[in-house]
Amino acid sequence: MAELNQDSGGGKKGGKVRSKKNGGKVDLTAMVDLAFLLITFFMLTTSLNKPQAMDVAMPDKNVETDKNTDVNVDEHRSVTLVLGSDDKIVWYNGSIASPIYPPAVIDYSKDGIRAVLQRMKAEVPKKTGGKDIIVVIRPSEQAVTRNIIDALDEMKIADIKRYMISNRIMPEEVALLEKEGIYND
Amino acid sequence: MGKAKVKRTSTSIDMTAMCDVSFLLLTFFVLTATARTPETLVVDTAPSYSQAKLPDGNLSVITVGDEGKVFYSMSDPNVRAETLKSMSSRYNISFTAEEYEKFALTEDFGVPIKNLKQLLALESGQRTVELQKGVPVDSTMDASNELFHWVKEARIASARILKDRALVDNKDPDDIELMTVAIKADGDAKFPSLNLIIETLRNQKQNKFSFVTGLKAE
Repeated sequence: MAELNQDSGGGKKGGKVRSKKNGGKVDLTAMVDLAFLLITFFMLTTSLNKPQAMDVAMPDKNVETDKNTDVNVDEHRSVTLVLGSDDKIVWYNGSIASPIYPPAVIDYSKDGIRAVLQRMKAEVPKKTGGKDIIVVIRPSEQAVTRNIIDALDEMKIADIKRYMISNRIMPEEVALLEKEGIYND
Repeated sequence: MGKAKVKRTSTSIDMTAMCDVSFLLLTFFVLTATARTPETLVVDTAPSYSQAKLPDGNLSVITVGDEGKVFYSMSDPNVRAETLKSMSSRYNISFTAEEYEKFALTEDFGVPIKNLKQLLALESGQRTVELQKGVPVDSTMDASNELFHWVKEARIASARILKDRALVDNKDPDDIELMTVAIKADGDAKFPSLNLIIETLRNQKQNKFSFVTGLKAE
């Protein structure tokens, strides 16, 4: 395909240099190669440049009174994830005073949070007669943004329809984190 | 006896047309590619599996550094100028026409409004992150929470500009897309600094927002 347009070196008899006529064709293969390479580069960089976005909706807040809008839900349905430091979570089912599943430390791995969420997602409708799970994500002051994003990601993966980020961490929950040693600065 | 003679044709193809097309496409991509503007405060966002993309225009981003430093950026230069106009009357700081022009070209900033003049006096290359200590944020809705008012005025300005544009185009002025507010927080930013931003947005009933995240490979 790629051929070189070589001059067949004149100097034949008679000393008459005959220039080979080739219709002025230039081999464009390399040029096309380069152009497509650049096209690919620009196509990929323009679309990959855009950062990912994760949409979050927070509950409406009554600004005037700043009333606690938390509603009481069936304690069998609620699973609370308290995000501590060092990429660890304490989770429990029900209320903190009398939990159905006692608080346990898990991490953000497949066998940690994901396993718990999937198990609870299957278990909650059985106990409550078809009602779905409600997950409360409660970051402590020692949690970092990455933890919150990871937790929200797990909600999407486990396909949990009802979840919320709550910033009203209870003193009992902080004490719990401290006891487990995951409330470090 | 008729021996079929296979006609030997040259294998080389005429590439002129292909070359034309490819360079046309190349030119198109080069021209449409928006040059990535360098951010003053560089943050390392947390990765997520989210597939959604951030919109291109009509966007404002609140950047939170790992030490809680807050920067604000608006995507549209017209919105920037309008927002500064509202902010200048709210905080009783007047800006010159030249400063408005400069602010419209400012990608992001992280200074209290009383220091904005000094920032605008600098060349864009000199506006380093060290010089900017962040937009003041707190949990109130008062004048001390400057971010609250920046976001609020930007949202109003964006809606007004889009409404005017819709009227010019003979479209329904109520059918406009509202500005997207995104939070770009460093993965290591502690929750209290993030919580301030979330509460600032919730206080103005901006209950929907986006977290800017990186791409996580499976």
